[in-house]
Amino acid sequence: MNPLVRSVRDFCVSLRLTVILLALSLILVFASTLAQVDLGIYAVQEEFYRSFVAIWQVGGIFIPLPGGYLVGGLLLINLLSAHIYRLKLEWRKAGIQLTHSGLIVLLLGELFTGLWQEDFQMTISEGETKNYSESFRLYELAIIDTTDPKMDEVVAIPDSKLAGAALVQHPKLPFRVATKAYYPNTTLARRDAAALSPAAAAVPVATRGVGSSVAVTPLPLTYKMNEMNVPSAVVELIGDEGSLGSWLVSPHLGAPQTLSHAGRTWRVELRIARAYKPFSLQLLKVTHDIYVGTDLPKNFSSRIKLTTPDGRDDREVLIYMNNPLRYGGYTFFQYQMDSSRGQTGLQVVRNPSWLLPYIACIMMTFGLLLQFGLSLRAFIAKRRATAKSVVV
Amino acid sequence: MKKRLPLLFLLLGLALVARSLLPERNKTDFDLAAFGRLPVVVNGRVKPVDTVARTALVVLQSSQSIAAPDETKLTPNEWLLDVLFRSSRSDAYQHFEINHPDLLAIFSLTPAEGRAKRRFSFRQLEPKIDELQRQARLVEPVEVAIRTPFQKAVAQLYANLGLYIRLKASLVAPDHQDFLGELLTYQKNVTAGVAAVRAKEAGQPHDPALVAQMMESGGRFSRMGELAYLLAVPPNDGESNTTGWKKVGESLLDSFPTGQINPAIMVYAGLARTWKADQPKEFNEILRLYRAQLERNFPQSLVKCDAEARYNSAQPFYNAMILYVLAFLIAVISWLVWPVELGRAAFWLLGIAWGLATAGLLARMWLEGRPPVTNLYSSALFVGWSAVGFCLALEYIYRNAIGSVAGGLVGFATLLIGYYLSLGGDTLEMMRAVLDSNFWLATHVVTVTAGYGATFLAGFLAIIYIFRGVFTKSLDKATSDALSRMIYGIVCFATLFSLVGTILGGIWADQSWGRFWGWDPKENGALMIVIWNAIYLHARWGGLAKQRGLAALAVFGNIITAWSWFGVNMLGVGLHSYGFMDSAFPWLLAFAGSQLLCIAIASIPLAMWRSFRA
Repeated sequence: MNPLVRSVRDFCVSLRLTVILLALSLILVFASTLAQVDLGIYAVQEEFYRSFVAIWQVGGIFIPLPGGYLVGGLLLINLLSAHIYRLKLEWRKAGIQLTHSGLIVLLLGELFTGLWQEDFQMTISEGETKNYSESFRLYELAIIDTTDPKMDEVVAIPDSKLAGAALVQHPKLPFRVATKAYYPNTTLARRDAAALSPAAAAVPVATRGVGSSVAVTPLPLTYKMNEMNVPSAVVELIGDEGSLGSWLVSPHLGAPQTLSHAGRTWRVELRIARAYKPFSLQLLKVTHDIYVGTDLPKNFSSRIKLTTPDGRDDREVLIYMNNPLRYGGYTFFQYQMDSSRGQTGLQVVRNPSWLLPYIACIMMTFGLLLQFGLSLRAFIAKRRATAKSVVV
Repeated sequence: MKKRLPLLFLLLGLALVARSLLPERNKTDFDLAAFGRLPVVVNGRVKPVDTVARTALVVLQSSQSIAAPDETKLTPNEWLLDVLFRSSRSDAYQHFEINHPDLLAIFSLTPAEGRAKRRFSFRQLEPKIDELQRQARLVEPVEVAIRTPFQKAVAQLYANLGLYIRLKASLVAPDHQDFLGELLTYQKNVTAGVAAVRAKEAGQPHDPALVAQMMESGGRFSRMGELAYLLAVPPNDGESNTTGWKKVGESLLDSFPTGQINPAIMVYAGLARTWKADQPKEFNEILRLYRAQLERNFPQSLVKCDAEARYNSAQPFYNAMILYVLAFLIAVISWLVWPVELGRAAFWLLGIAWGLATAGLLARMWLEGRPPVTNLYSSALFVGWSAVGFCLALEYIYRNAIGSVAGGLVGFATLLIGYYLSLGGDTLEMMRAVLDSNFWLATHVVTVTAGYGATFLAGFLAIIYIFRGVFTKSLDKATSDALSRMIYGIVCFATLFSLVGTILGGIWADQSWGRFWGWDPKENGALMIVIWNAIYLHARWGGLAKQRGLAALAVFGNIITAWSWFGVNMLGVGLHSYGFMDSAFPWLLAFAGSQLLCIAIASIPLAMWRSFRA
């Protein structure tokens, strides 16, 4: 074998590499913990873990670190190649093999979760019925054809499309949507030309709808846990015969705007992105228990009626802390509650790989028990032998 | 003599335990112990008055021992009786701790005027309470995490004064000469009085004196209802009604329409009168009658309150701490003289101490109806308990006193940490909604905490290795091999517990927050311990580090564990908000520094270690 190839192979399967990678991951985890104080959890996840290179900012100094994908990927390669290279199915090594396989399952589970997990929330008031959940962070431009009084036809354009592409065309729309300006975080105020800040003055003014009387001030993105970025956009609709005009859209506006074109009517709004479900939930009652004489929460629970349009499911469920509802591939968690307004906030998660950590946990527990149990047995046997020889 | 040493120490240890189990004796004619066992509700939990007295004292002045200005020692219950019923005396007790000199300046006081140079009485603080209140308002909008030491001291003292004032208004109207007399008059007149008030409202003829009396009583009761700290009036329908406990003032306000005063209120007013008039016989008789009545409706609460009061007075963890120190010292001496006898004595003492800690943990579990670890305080108890458990096993196998030295040290250190954590108040707390799950507390929290204990223990064993090697000649081949194997064995357990505990935590998070892993600071801390233990194991298996290097690695594990146990809580971010703290940050730094020093010592070349010098 070529000596270079051999040395590369030896490095790839070496325990030295394992230790180096583990040490790097330790530093990464530590740095990301400290960074959360300034950046918040979401930005840290993106910067440190869903990346190949992370930049850790300490004071004014920027320290590059290998990111989660890099360290995790290399660890996985190291682990797999070591196992393939040194694969010997021995009873003595079974514990280690099982533990490492469990680790692989765990790492893959996290990877799949990162790729496939969808996170939504659902805020329902007592008596209200909902068949959709809403995103935590994403928005969409909804263009709803309301011409037919019996049904609405919704075309939703994700905000990432608005931000990225200049022109969007959809077969259900007789016009194209052109983004004239998009701001990921904004605040709105009544337009007063005299008092416009330079940033607000640079925003193009909409020609149609309420936009002409509104001043948009772009803000820097926020990463705080308790704040949301609220975007605004100016979109131009372009039909076959030219522009229909431009509209300011923003969740801040509170209500959709209507427009008519070619004998049909649409509602236009930029709203929190929705995900519709093939079933609906009606909130019957929220309960917020506290310990007597304190304001310490004891429990939050939501009694909910779950129905499907085909009538196959029609039952009541109780969601409370540590007891989510799992239904139709979704899990509904008790997330927030405003009992004074009779309102509950559910977190809705779809994660096809949610079972993998459970499997990994079992594998690793048994693997370690086996490994250490065998060592312990060998150790005790050896001590017995020495003790005997001393006595003799 | 030499041969009897182990037995002698065993008896000494058992005597200490036996003494702590004796029931508390009353030193006056008043049955203070029986008063201490009365049930009340504070912070959502039925607890004996004794616990209230002790935790209030600890919160106010960081210590349960208190003396009157004339230097007579008071038991916590005696002190509380004066606060509740005779504030003319308790106002002069010096139980407000002030450590910040600038705060003293606000009150124009000097340390010399305080008891032990830092404790002051309500009377000393009273003239400047308005100024303190003004300062407290200035502090209020400042986020807790960024408060200066002065601002923290202001907030703390303001809260403590509030606690004292609320305690005073808990059972009788404070500063009232004869509350029982007022209640009796009120009860006699309430029906007519309410009618008179109604008549006045309707513009009809009425007795103005009666109306005035009702208004006065009503005002007093509602002030008590707002202020009171204790929920002392039990519900009429007994134990099943866990939310029916009321403050005296609230219950009195409820009595306007019915004219019926809850008997418990009369009991407390009677106790107040007899306590003030120094009538122990009548005081004890009222207690006996009230107790007999409670026995009917609250049998289980009383059993628990009695047990808790006894637990309080036995102080199992305090006594365990003494025994741990003793075991540690004897074990160290056994390395110098009489290894067999003293080694055995240390082992037995360690065993008694651990048994006592076990009993204490079990008592807490039974009182709370929960697994052993529910908050930061109990995590300290459990870290120590699990580490000492490992030490006993090591000592049983090796009999070289190393287990006893490490056990004594870790046991003492963790209980000391526990003592400082207990200064925050009652350590048996109710669990916030998301934590209210015995299954996960019993699995995830217990295993993770045992993992902390094992990782710490490996670190301390490594310190023993380094110190004996560098500073003494006692680290011969057999001892160093044995110590290395002990460290390795403990790291194996640490890996098992922290890995399984961390993954179980992820599964709990999946169950209650909807994600397995969120890179939350506390999760990261647990993961760091796992990674560190994995580094140790792989470095050993790969032959990348020898005994000395592995010992240094194990010591660094102490820093990592301390970081994830306490450090991440000091960041003030994340979902695990039940254990936030920041005041101990300098201690954490000092601990990390001391461990780095140990590692530096370990990095001295082997040729210069006393044990390896030719």
